[in-house]
Amino acid sequence: MSIHEEVELLKTVPIFSKIEPAKLKLLAFTSERLTFEPGQEVFHQGDVGDAMYVILGGSADVIIESPAGPIKVAELQRNGFVGETAILCDMPRNATIRAHERLTALKIPKEMLFQLIDQFPQVAIEMMRELAHRVEDMNVKLREARAA
Amino acid sequence: MVRCLRVIWRRMEKNLFKYIWRHSRHEQLIILLLVVVAQVFYFASLNLPKAIVNDGIEGKAFQNQAEVPFLRLSVPVPAFVSESGSVTLFEGIPLTQWPYLVGMSCLFLVMVTVNGLFKKTINTQKGRMGERMLRRLRYELYDRILLFPSAHFRKVKAAELSGMIKDEVEPLGGFIGDAYVQPAFLGGQALTALLFIMLQSVWLGMVVIAVLAVQAFIIPRLRRRILVLSRQRQITARQLAGRIAESVDGIHELHTNATTNYERADIVQRLGTIFKIRFELFQRKFTAKFLNNLLAQTTPFMIYLIGGYLVLFGDMQIGSVVGVLLAYKDLPGPVKELIDWDQQRQDVQQKYEQVAEQFEPDGMLARELQVVPDGPLAPLSGEVVLSNVTVAEDGGAKPIDGVSLAAPLGRRVALVGPPGGGKEVVTQVIARLVRPSGGTVRIGDADLANLPEAVSGARISYVGQDVYLFPVSVRDNILYGLKRRPLKPAVYEGAAQREWGRFFAEARRAGNPELDAGADWIDYEAAGASGAEDIDQRIIEVLRVVEIDEDIYQFGLRGTIDAKARPAVARSILLARDELHARLADPALSALVEPFDRARYNRNMSVAENLLFGVPIDKTFDPDNIAANPHIRAALERVGLTDDLLQMGASIAETMVELFADLPAGHPFFEQFSFIAAEDLPDFRTILTRLAGRSLADLDAAARARLAALPFRYIEARHRLGLIDTAMEERLLAARRAFAENLPAEDADAIEFYDRHSYNSAATLQDNILFGRIVYGQAQGPQRISALIAEVLEGLGLRTAVIEVGLDYNVGVAGKRLSAAQRQKVGLARALVKRPDLLVLNEATALFDNAAQQRLLDTILEACKGRGVIWALSRANLADRFDQVIVLQGGRVAARGAPEELSADKTFADLLAAG
Repeated sequence: MSIHEEVELLKTVPIFSKIEPAKLKLLAFTSERLTFEPGQEVFHQGDVGDAMYVILGGSADVIIESPAGPIKVAELQRNGFVGETAILCDMPRNATIRAHERLTALKIPKEMLFQLIDQFPQVAIEMMRELAHRVEDMNVKLREARAA
Repeated sequence: MVRCLRVIWRRMEKNLFKYIWRHSRHEQLIILLLVVVAQVFYFASLNLPKAIVNDGIEGKAFQNQAEVPFLRLSVPVPAFVSESGSVTLFEGIPLTQWPYLVGMSCLFLVMVTVNGLFKKTINTQKGRMGERMLRRLRYELYDRILLFPSAHFRKVKAAELSGMIKDEVEPLGGFIGDAYVQPAFLGGQALTALLFIMLQSVWLGMVVIAVLAVQAFIIPRLRRRILVLSRQRQITARQLAGRIAESVDGIHELHTNATTNYERADIVQRLGTIFKIRFELFQRKFTAKFLNNLLAQTTPFMIYLIGGYLVLFGDMQIGSVVGVLLAYKDLPGPVKELIDWDQQRQDVQQKYEQVAEQFEPDGMLARELQVVPDGPLAPLSGEVVLSNVTVAEDGGAKPIDGVSLAAPLGRRVALVGPPGGGKEVVTQVIARLVRPSGGTVRIGDADLANLPEAVSGARISYVGQDVYLFPVSVRDNILYGLKRRPLKPAVYEGAAQREWGRFFAEARRAGNPELDAGADWIDYEAAGASGAEDIDQRIIEVLRVVEIDEDIYQFGLRGTIDAKARPAVARSILLARDELHARLADPALSALVEPFDRARYNRNMSVAENLLFGVPIDKTFDPDNIAANPHIRAALERVGLTDDLLQMGASIAETMVELFADLPAGHPFFEQFSFIAAEDLPDFRTILTRLAGRSLADLDAAARARLAALPFRYIEARHRLGLIDTAMEERLLAARRAFAENLPAEDADAIEFYDRHSYNSAATLQDNILFGRIVYGQAQGPQRISALIAEVLEGLGLRTAVIEVGLDYNVGVAGKRLSAAQRQKVGLARALVKRPDLLVLNEATALFDNAAQQRLLDTILEACKGRGVIWALSRANLADRFDQVIVLQGGRVAARGAPEELSADKTFADLLAAG
């Protein structure tokens, strides 16, 4: 995929939707676009993290290691992003991400993300929206677990 | 084979002249003799031109006779031998004028040649003698460094020592040739002239002597200060060298502390001092010269005055005065040169003294300790016993004080205690790095103080907290501990043997020992190997023990080999290539690598790499300057690509200017992603502005060259600008063929092309196995490929071969191309490979993390089973693996016993609690 096609693709990702095309081109040019085969791990729980991933195609499982064994807690689809916690909070990866189908992801290094947020606050708002959804989702699950 | 080093005097000879005389008197006498003989010919030839003009041309000798004897040889003798006053040795050949002239002219030519030859021979002899002495002196000084007590190395700077041996003794070589000959010769000339004057007139003789005496009295006094100054000059210059070396060694401190200007100030200060000294030196030297000349001119003044007086009022003949004046003409020359010689003498003498005293520290080791051993050495046995050992430092501190302990060889002894409690120094004492100021150390029956270094070097290994590595390969660093004597002499044949004979004859003349660096010094047997063939096997075993085999394997993969020199390895690697490519046929893996294929464009290689399709061997096809290479340009021109690449360069420039325009100059993206450096971006912007709406052909040549250089670094799969479509790929492939087919003969050795079926000596092992590029954008591509390569190599049993290539890796100056942990591990490997009877470790693994430390402790103790280990541990909780534990605190033994017995001891418990 050439860089021009990639820019077109990135425009459709919600968190990048408000970024001007020239910046998006720089993002596409400087970020690695990685392909993961089904079953391959994007990263592993406990690893040190220095990048966030935006899913451009395919799907991935979010798996948390627990004393009872690995538990799949969520599934990521196109336009989803993952790995932000490790770089925002400077902590090891809190889950393992494994490709479910053939997965294409844009790897955004830590500095690039901070720079984007700095220049385009819209990116932060989109990310906050998504994170809020996740918290809400978690709360629902917690209520269900308590009730059961 | 017994080779004893010649014992040289314990103290350096203080007097340079005695030193020279002791080592070169035969040569000095031969040269002196040559000089005297040369004088005879010289004086004989002086008379020739006169004879040629007077007799040969003007024919004065032929006025009374038709024939004159040619080559008539007679010597003057006293009257009582012969009445005529001379004895004729050869009557000569009677010749008429023309043949006489021819004969005399030829004789003149012969004499000129003979004189020239004498001069050449004397100078060569002098030079050779000087060089021999210099070689002797340099060797002797180096030899003394090896005998310095280790404590002395805390006080001396390496740069100063090497500077002294390299530079400061250099002028001595030039002087040594003249040391005796010059004064003898000049003194002889001067005395002859003086004698003649005395014969003419005792009075005038006295006057001349008086003036000379004044000269001899005053000039040395003037020189006293000069000598002091030149001593200072030498010391300040040496210190300057030392300071420069310090700046280099501590360069990181200079930068991190921003003290470069402080250092500049220091150097400015020193250069100022040196200038002052040197300038004063010049002033005084020329003043001395002026006075000297003045005094020399006083003599004719005195001769005129006193001689004139004696003629007027005394009984002196005017002819005598003229005679004296003529004789005096010959005097100032030699006297002046003698004075110059004397100045030089004082200069080198003080240089020599200066150097010599630096090489005489107190407590030099006895030479007998470093004698080359006669043969294999018996193993050590018994116990290591320290009796009341005390080490006192200069300041009076005692790092260990009255330590007594016994450690049987064959047992594992742990030394624990707080840092500085004495455990470190105990290991250094046993390793003989620190000499005890009191008490004794014995191993079995031997007193460590008198044990030859060859024995302790072979039988005891020591590794401290930081290991020094030599700038050679990993292998040579590990084998370094096995080179104690030449075991297998190098075989020389024919011309090489004669050369070798001459080499050692000359070495003997300069007092250098006959130790051949070309011999095989490696004691394979000590390492448990039988020779050069299986030593690598032993090294690899040791590498596994210290857990550095993986690192060395990686070095091997990144290393190169010459396929001609090591065909077996090259063949194996080709097998690995076949195997890897067979596995890459698997669809799950095939996406990871794009193989090299002469007939296909590789989208994961840059344009330059695609055009070359090979590995540059020298700078000719250096990818960074490839755009300017005439042959590449010709190839591109031939397939009509020049303009297209220029167009491609323009679009790259456009994209880069667009993308990076807003980034600050220092942004890391420039280095990581841009084709254009931040500082060049405005230039390209200007070029693009000029280009707007016009054709590329309108640009000037310089701008075109800059644009044309850009596409060569472009990698389609990585940069994804969509510049290379299928059609362009085909045309670049045509250029690749044009390049290879028209490669000029002189550049044939500058590149090695990729070939699926042959080993590429210019590429790394890994590239040879992979024979392709890892595809961009495949998650964990490089990791998965390197795992695959490891699997393939393991399967073919080639891991060892790769490690062997890795052993060739050069560790760099002081091992700086290795990490600190790797250096330490190589040091441990060096200690283990010689299978010592006693392994002494001084916190040698403290650098590693806890888990690694425990693993290493176990594997090393296992590898040394049945041999003695004395290990100063940084962590007391590792001591449970040992047979005996000794706790050292405050320089004394605080507790000792088996680990389980000690658990009740409070000191040990505290140490355990502290971790």
